[in-house]
Formats: sequence, C-alpha cells, structure tokens
Amino acid sequence: MPPRRNHLEFWGVAVASLVVLVVLPCLNAFPSESSALHVSNFTINLYGKYLCYAALAISIDLLWGYTGLLSLGQCLFFSLGGYALGMHLMLMIGKLGQYHSDLPDFMVFLGYPRLPAHWVPFRHFWFAAAAVVWVPGLVALVFGFLAFRSRIRGVYFAILTQALTYAACLMFFRNDFTFGGNNGLTDFKFILGHDLRSAATQRSLYICTGLLLLGTYLLCRWLTTTRFGKLQRAIRDSENRVLFSGYATANFKLFIFVLSAMLAGLAGALYVPQVGIINPSEMGTDKSLEAVVWVAVGGRGTLVGPVLGAVIVNALKSWATRAYPDLWLLFLGGLFILVTVFLPKGIIGLPGQLRQLRNRCSAVRPPAAKGSDFALAADPGLAEHE
Amino acid sequence: MTMTAKEFILTLEDVDKTFDGFKAISGLTFYMDVGELRTIIGPNGAGKSTMLDLITGRTRPDRGKIEFGRDTDLTGLNEYQINRLGIGRKFQTPSVYTDHTVFENLLLSLPGTRSVWEALFSRVTRAQRDRIDELLQITRLAGQVGTKAGALAHGQKQRLEIGMLLAQDAKLLLVDEPTAGMTDEETARTGELLLSLAGTHSLIVIEHDMAFVRQIARKVTVLHQGSVLCEGTVDEVQNNEQVVEVYLGRKHDPKRHL
Repeated sequence: MPPRRNHLEFWGVAVASLVVLVVLPCLNAFPSESSALHVSNFTINLYGKYLCYAALAISIDLLWGYTGLLSLGQCLFFSLGGYALGMHLMLMIGKLGQYHSDLPDFMVFLGYPRLPAHWVPFRHFWFAAAAVVWVPGLVALVFGFLAFRSRIRGVYFAILTQALTYAACLMFFRNDFTFGGNNGLTDFKFILGHDLRSAATQRSLYICTGLLLLGTYLLCRWLTTTRFGKLQRAIRDSENRVLFSGYATANFKLFIFVLSAMLAGLAGALYVPQVGIINPSEMGTDKSLEAVVWVAVGGRGTLVGPVLGAVIVNALKSWATRAYPDLWLLFLGGLFILVTVFLPKGIIGLPGQLRQLRNRCSAVRPPAAKGSDFALAADPGLAEHE
Repeated sequence: MTMTAKEFILTLEDVDKTFDGFKAISGLTFYMDVGELRTIIGPNGAGKSTMLDLITGRTRPDRGKIEFGRDTDLTGLNEYQINRLGIGRKFQTPSVYTDHTVFENLLLSLPGTRSVWEALFSRVTRAQRDRIDELLQITRLAGQVGTKAGALAHGQKQRLEIGMLLAQDAKLLLVDEPTAGMTDEETARTGELLLSLAGTHSLIVIEHDMAFVRQIARKVTVLHQGSVLCEGTVDEVQNNEQVVEVYLGRKHDPKRHL
C-alpha cells in the first residue's frame, strides 16, 4: 500500500503545484477581466493567504504529528516573522503616511522623537528578511532549550507554549512596546520598490508563497527519509527508548522546534504584505488553536494532510463568516470534536477508514446497527456544544 | 572489601536513595564480575527497578558510589551518556518504535550517529546491514524484518528490544522482567538467548518467575527494603531463612514462590 500512496501523493503534489504556481497566476494575468476564465485579484490574494496558512500547518505537523510535541503557540513565530517584515514595510512608506514624516505614523502619533535604535537596521530589506528567520528561531531556541532541558513533555509543554504566545501577545498590545500596540503595523505601500496595491506585485507575492509552501513540503519530505526523521517518530512513540539508546533527545527536539519556528516565521512574513496588516491578535491563543485544528482535520503525521486541512477549514471559514458570522467558532469547535472522535487520522485517513469499515461490514453481516450507533453518538456531542 | 585481583563490571557501594521520605534504596552494596549473568529477585517495592534507575542515570543517588568497569563514576552522568559507555537497558513493558519496521528499530540502535547533524546526513552502510542481519539471526526475527514493530507479537517485541540492546554494543545489559506476558515456550527461548549472551556480555536480569530464574540463574541476589538480603545459588537462596521470612511476611507461600 505505501508505494501506491507515494505515487498518488507525488502526482497530487505535482498537479497541485502546476495549478497553483502556473495556471492560476496566468489566468489572473492574461485573460481580460470580463472573461469567464479570469481569476480575480481578490481570489489570488485569498489563495495566497491560504497558502501561508498551509505552510504554517506543515510547521505545526512537523512538531505534533512527527515528533509528538503539541505546540499551541506556533502563531507566535508566524507573527514574529510577520512583524519583522512589517517593520521594513513601515519604513518603506516614507513620507507618504498621514503625517508626512519619516517616522511611521504611530510613532508620530505617540510622540516619538526619533526612530528607536532596534528599528534602524530594518531599513535594509536583507536585514528584515534575515530577521524573519532568526528572530523566531532565537525565541524558539531559548524557550525550547529551557523547556527540553527541564524535560517538559506532553500537555505541560502544550500549556507552556500557549502561555508564551499569550504573554507575547499582551506585550505587543502595549503602546510603549514600540511595535504599534493594538493597531499593529499597517498601511504598507511598497515592497522592494514595487507598489503593494498593484496586481502584479500581489501575484508575485502569491507565487512566492506557493514556492515557499512547495519548498517547505520538499524539505519535510526529505527530512522524513533521513535517520533524523526516523528518530523524530521514534521520539514520538517511545522517547525513553531513544534516550536510553544514547541519543540526547533534547537536542533533537530543540532542532525540530527551531526549524519549525523558522518555517512559521517565513510563512508569516509572506502573509503580512498580502493581508496588509499585522497586529497582536495574530499571536492570540485562539489563532494557534485554530491552526492545530487545521492539522487535525487534514490528518497529522502526513505532509499533505495539514495543507488540505488549512485550505479546507479556511475556505469553510471564509464562507461561514459571511453566511453565519456569529456561529463560526461553534463550527470550528464542532469540527474539531467530530474529527477527534470519528476521524483520528483526518481527511487523509478517511479512505483507509472507509476501507476498514467496508471490510468489517462484509465480514459481519448486519451493518445497519453499526451505522445508527455512529449517528446517535454524533448528535448529543454537537447538541451539547451549541 | 579488598578484592583488587578481580575486575568488576559494576560496583555499587553504600548507595542511598529516598523519595519523599520513603527509603527506596538504603546502604545498597553490590558487586558484579565481568561476563556474569546475575539474577535479582525480591518482593514488590524491594527497590529492584530503582536500582536500575540509579545505574542508568534516570535518578541520582543521595549518597554512595556507582562505578562502571574499573573506575568510571556514573553518578554524575545522564541516561544517554551512560548508555554510550555501554550500558543498555530493557524496560519492563517492551518499548520498541511501533511505527518503524524491525530493520529500522535495529538501525536506530546501532552505535555511532548520535548527533543531530550525523542523523541528517548519514546513510546505511554495508557493514551496518550485515550487523543487522546478524542480529536478526540471534533474535530469530529474520522473517519479520520488514514488519512494523507495533504489529509484532508480544514475545517478538521483547526479543526485538533485546536485539536493540545488542545492536548498541552494550557491554552490560540490564533486563527488567523479560518474560512478563510470555508463553512458556517464549519464556524458555528467551532464557536460552540470555544464557547465550552471558560471558561475552554481563547481564543483570530482574525476574519474578521462579521457573525462569531456575533456568537461567547462576548467582541470585535477593533485594529487600532497598538493600541486599542475601546472595548465592538458587538453592542457597531458597533455603535461606531470612528470605523465606521476607516472602512469608508478605503472605506468600515460600514453597510455591521460591
């Protein structure tokens, strides 16, 4: 079975890459806006956002699905990457802001005499681009070092990561923290001299995001084939055995935690210019939890699963927040419960589960009873949540 | 103790360990020769597993000396450092990598490749394949080489874990209840395996099953309340009055249990 699935995955990824990276951008660029084939700028922008989320989801799965480390603070790293690039974009506004000052608007408003020292190097794109990776990496390194050295595992690790992102969120909300307080960073105008409002720039950002996602996928695919990847799963299944086999498991966990923080940072950096804003609510604990739900829905422990989960849940969110704006969180919670109870392996695991069910049904005659059991069990769970 | 002539693989002297006021190990002194197969028995709570925890660095002693070989102090080292010295531990419940094949389980246990960097870029060598083949023969798992460890029978998992210790090139094997949950036939085969390893390896086997102890034991150590109650052959131990009393005190029938 695995070789066939690999084949399927290979062709699936190849076709999806072609559509995302070539077909959609071409349909956005070439047909006239009145044509039925035209893909709107809005759609490209929306899909770009989904692709950022998909890359974030892979970074979570690398920790949760492959190493058994549930991080409920992954959006912190995503936001840090976003802030790093956002700072550069703020400085690129120049005198075009509301106050026609060299300083970003919020600094003028709050009465800053000059640009704070730590903002200065962000004038350089290369510095900001490096910070997108090393700032989340450094935070993960320090936090991970302390957590893994103290052997914090399982649910305690999850709670600590959640506390970390919440603490950071509260700090960024403060106006005197020099990152724009609750309004965050916004009103970006240019990236590398290109107008952010032009369709061509947005299309390029979208393609970059697609390439980042493909790169992330390929990197993780390679990682799973190495002995490191095997050790990751060994740590997930029996950490003591790995430790008592002479491996310093803390180093392995630290490496993967830092790597996944960096990947999340990159995704966040591409998210910001496409969405046009970054503020502390992106670090909120709810965002990180939501991202964990994408992975659970798609299927953890796989690389395609998180991508599917991120895209499907967010597409659902786009629809639900328009159709039933007040009910979205209930939808999300219900979805999570449904998936946890009925689809432990997510959407990716569904065909296998159906096959098993069919085999069981054909082996044992009366399948009707089984089916109704499921329906009964599903209802009260949902009703309770409403 | 002045036994300078003989070389010990393991030395514990006056070791104490207290957990929240409970003396799990008190004044434990224990010597083991190179190549010896030592069986440790004792009632529940006698400190058998704690003793293994102390040797393997899982917990640290409050007091006392723990040395490996001639003079390697183990008390300041942690689990993976102690393992790298050549001390392998088999857990009571078989712990193997359930999502990996038997081959991969053994591969991850082979020596070398312990850093993150090496793990990213190392490849399986010819010599490693040969060694794995050899281990598959020893543990009689050649037919299951591609099977996921999670799908193995209980006894096969136990054998695989012993194979993993051998793969590590462990000089001293600490084996905690290797026959728990095994059929009689599996138990006998595991006994043969352990006996065949003695001599080239040093082994400590913790066991409850007295039939099994009879099969493998040369020298038996009885632990009670965190220290050594007596040592000797199976018969000597069984006829020791103190031992009988300890088991009687715990409402066990000594004749049946020993």
